[in-house]
Amino acid sequence: MSTFLTEEPTQVTDAAISTRLSSLDTLESEAIHIIREVVAEFEKPALLFSGGKDSVVMLHLATKAFWPGKVPFPVLHVDTGHNFPEVIDFRDRTVERLGLKLVVGSVQEFIDRGELAERADGTRNPLQTVPLLDAIQQNKFDAVFGGGRRDEDKARAKERILSLRDEFGQWDPRNQRPELWNLYNGRHTVGQHVRAFPISNWTELDIWRYIERENIELPGLYYAHDREVFARDGMWRAVGEVSQPLPHEEVIIKTVRYRTVGDMSCTGAVESAAATVSDVVIEVAASTITERGATRADDRISEAAMEDRKKDGYF
Amino acid sequence: MSTETLPLSELETALPTTLFRFATAGSVDDGKSTLVGRLLHDSKAILADQLDAVARTSADRGFGGAGATGTQAIDLALLTDGLRAEREQGITIDVAYRYFATDQRSFILADCPGHVQYTKNTVTGASTADAVVVLIDARKGVLEQTRRHLSVLQLLRVAHVIVAVNKIDLVDFSESVFREIQADVQQVARELGIGSAELGTADHIDDLLVIPVSALDGDNVVERSARTPWYDGPALLEVLETLPAADEIDTQLESFRFPVQLVIRPQGALAPDAVAGGLDVEAYRDYRAYAGQITEGSVNVGDSVSVLTPGQAPRTTTVKGIDFAGSSLEEASAPQSVAIRLADEFDVARGDTIAAAGTVRESSADVYAALCWLSPKPLREGAKVLVKHGTRTVQALVRNVSGKLDLASFKLEPASSLELNDIGHAQLRLAAPLPLENYLHHRRTGAFLVIDPLDGNTLAAGLVKDHPGDHEDERYSI
Repeated sequence: MSTFLTEEPTQVTDAAISTRLSSLDTLESEAIHIIREVVAEFEKPALLFSGGKDSVVMLHLATKAFWPGKVPFPVLHVDTGHNFPEVIDFRDRTVERLGLKLVVGSVQEFIDRGELAERADGTRNPLQTVPLLDAIQQNKFDAVFGGGRRDEDKARAKERILSLRDEFGQWDPRNQRPELWNLYNGRHTVGQHVRAFPISNWTELDIWRYIERENIELPGLYYAHDREVFARDGMWRAVGEVSQPLPHEEVIIKTVRYRTVGDMSCTGAVESAAATVSDVVIEVAASTITERGATRADDRISEAAMEDRKKDGYF
Repeated sequence: MSTETLPLSELETALPTTLFRFATAGSVDDGKSTLVGRLLHDSKAILADQLDAVARTSADRGFGGAGATGTQAIDLALLTDGLRAEREQGITIDVAYRYFATDQRSFILADCPGHVQYTKNTVTGASTADAVVVLIDARKGVLEQTRRHLSVLQLLRVAHVIVAVNKIDLVDFSESVFREIQADVQQVARELGIGSAELGTADHIDDLLVIPVSALDGDNVVERSARTPWYDGPALLEVLETLPAADEIDTQLESFRFPVQLVIRPQGALAPDAVAGGLDVEAYRDYRAYAGQITEGSVNVGDSVSVLTPGQAPRTTTVKGIDFAGSSLEEASAPQSVAIRLADEFDVARGDTIAAAGTVRESSADVYAALCWLSPKPLREGAKVLVKHGTRTVQALVRNVSGKLDLASFKLEPASSLELNDIGHAQLRLAAPLPLENYLHHRRTGAFLVIDPLDGNTLAAGLVKDHPGDHEDERYSI
């Protein structure tokens, strides 16, 4: 400790002084650092991939982190059985293009086996926890990447980037490890696993600006299109096999897009003419309603809906 | 049902160009949550549905009284309450992260609660912050808690500290009250060595601004207030928009450091999308690069660098290439994540560090450090722990605890153990040497975690110091 070669700073060029990364570059570098840390320190990571914009951005970051190598982990999709067909198609094409292994946890199979019961309100989003934990256990995943962002929800705002889950997949918000500097502590005991959220610090607008900048492909329903919809719970719901209007609910054709892509039975569309990514960036920048407030019935159940689901092992 | 839009004229059309991270620290009831709520509200980071929810809850609780309008009718503190337990108990339990942007910058705000676990929370929030805002209640002035906060921030060498003297409305916007508090703050800062120019810019908190604010009414938060005509300084947000971020300062002062996270060596397993995009498969057959994030300084292709492998003498080579996702860069700087190729085929692995040649002292197995103890499980001399530094984790033995800081007096007092929220000095013996550097000069490579080998929990934040008796550290009492 006593031997110094020198403590003198190296020569600094003018270019080095003026270098200041843009906020998107800073966020991208932070996310890639976290993805690489998890891959280096865990035995068997996987990435939650729904075809939603946040998971698509996560996968894009993973391809950049390991270029020119392949993404070194499989993707995991919890299929509610109520997905938009175009999103499933997008998922399969993406997996094929990147040469990835896809693991699917199926809510329908659990319902068919009688291990899960359909809810009275028909939504299947909260039912994803059981197949998710089952897939994690069956495949012995010790780290699971998610596209969760802290600006999405009050409970997420308090979750660590590496979030420890116990043997039952539960999150204990009152007993979290302090997260210091860029040193991520992912140590866990047998049976525990870690959820990793590399894009914790991104906002919805950051995501869209990044999609625009990187020219990332998304499922088409993120952009304005004409669709048969009906009004329910203050949202426009698509008409589909699992999403049928009641007799008093009038079906009309509207130009809509989706701000989040989840279970068809609980995800609503917004009226929008934003047909391109740059239109969407402008729309999101000007929006006065949060994405979950606008389009997620499951988050309207109570003020603590996300907190309660996370404690039970949800994403 | 439809997405409401603001008129285009009100849109921030320019992209926020840079990111700025700051934290807030305060004592119980000094209005910190209200200040954070005010910043979010006035910078329009709070959207209509969030505001509606808060307005409903505020009304249920009778906030603001009958006839209150606008933000006077809204309990801004509710905007930052996260967890159910927090709402039920009316307190903040844990560090919460908030996001807002102006046309100058994107902000990440670590909102650190000020009660019981203040050291744990402040250390956590401040470890990544470019600046920290410390709140003082104008009616109470500088408290012991304020002194503790400031000494933790000085220990962590946070680049900028801003003191917000809140509730200035409750002392009738009195200049004399403010001046008295300002003088007290400056006295504490002098005792701590904050803002003292003779210490040189790398070693201490650069500056310390004191601002009179009313979080409740918004005075001097986003806009300068007409009700404090005697204050001619900037509003809080103006300061946050213009302070240089830590990496802007560091790039000028420090040397290149790059802990290797992993080796990218795809051999046959090239990314199919890259191959489909025309990647030359033959040229990349023997590709080998070291992936990591630059923690300090900058590097250019052709630079002479040392590879530091614990237990081996430094090996010197040159940088052959800097790659990032298909692009070749001529130079890169902190905090970029890149992949570096070296001219010589050394055996380099995770846990090694690549650094500007000739700038790093020898690795050592003996560490003298300040430890911020963050666990309810106390530290005892003789304990076996894990030390995580950069990308390497090694076993360590706590040889002795040489003292505990009295944060109010800033003096080291005799102690043989450390408890939750204590800050002390200790000597550790590592099972393998690490390229540890003095935290005063290297905020990343001078920092480490102490981890419990039994359950994997983080026990402490470690800041490497020079050994007692070795020159410069003696200038500081902490």
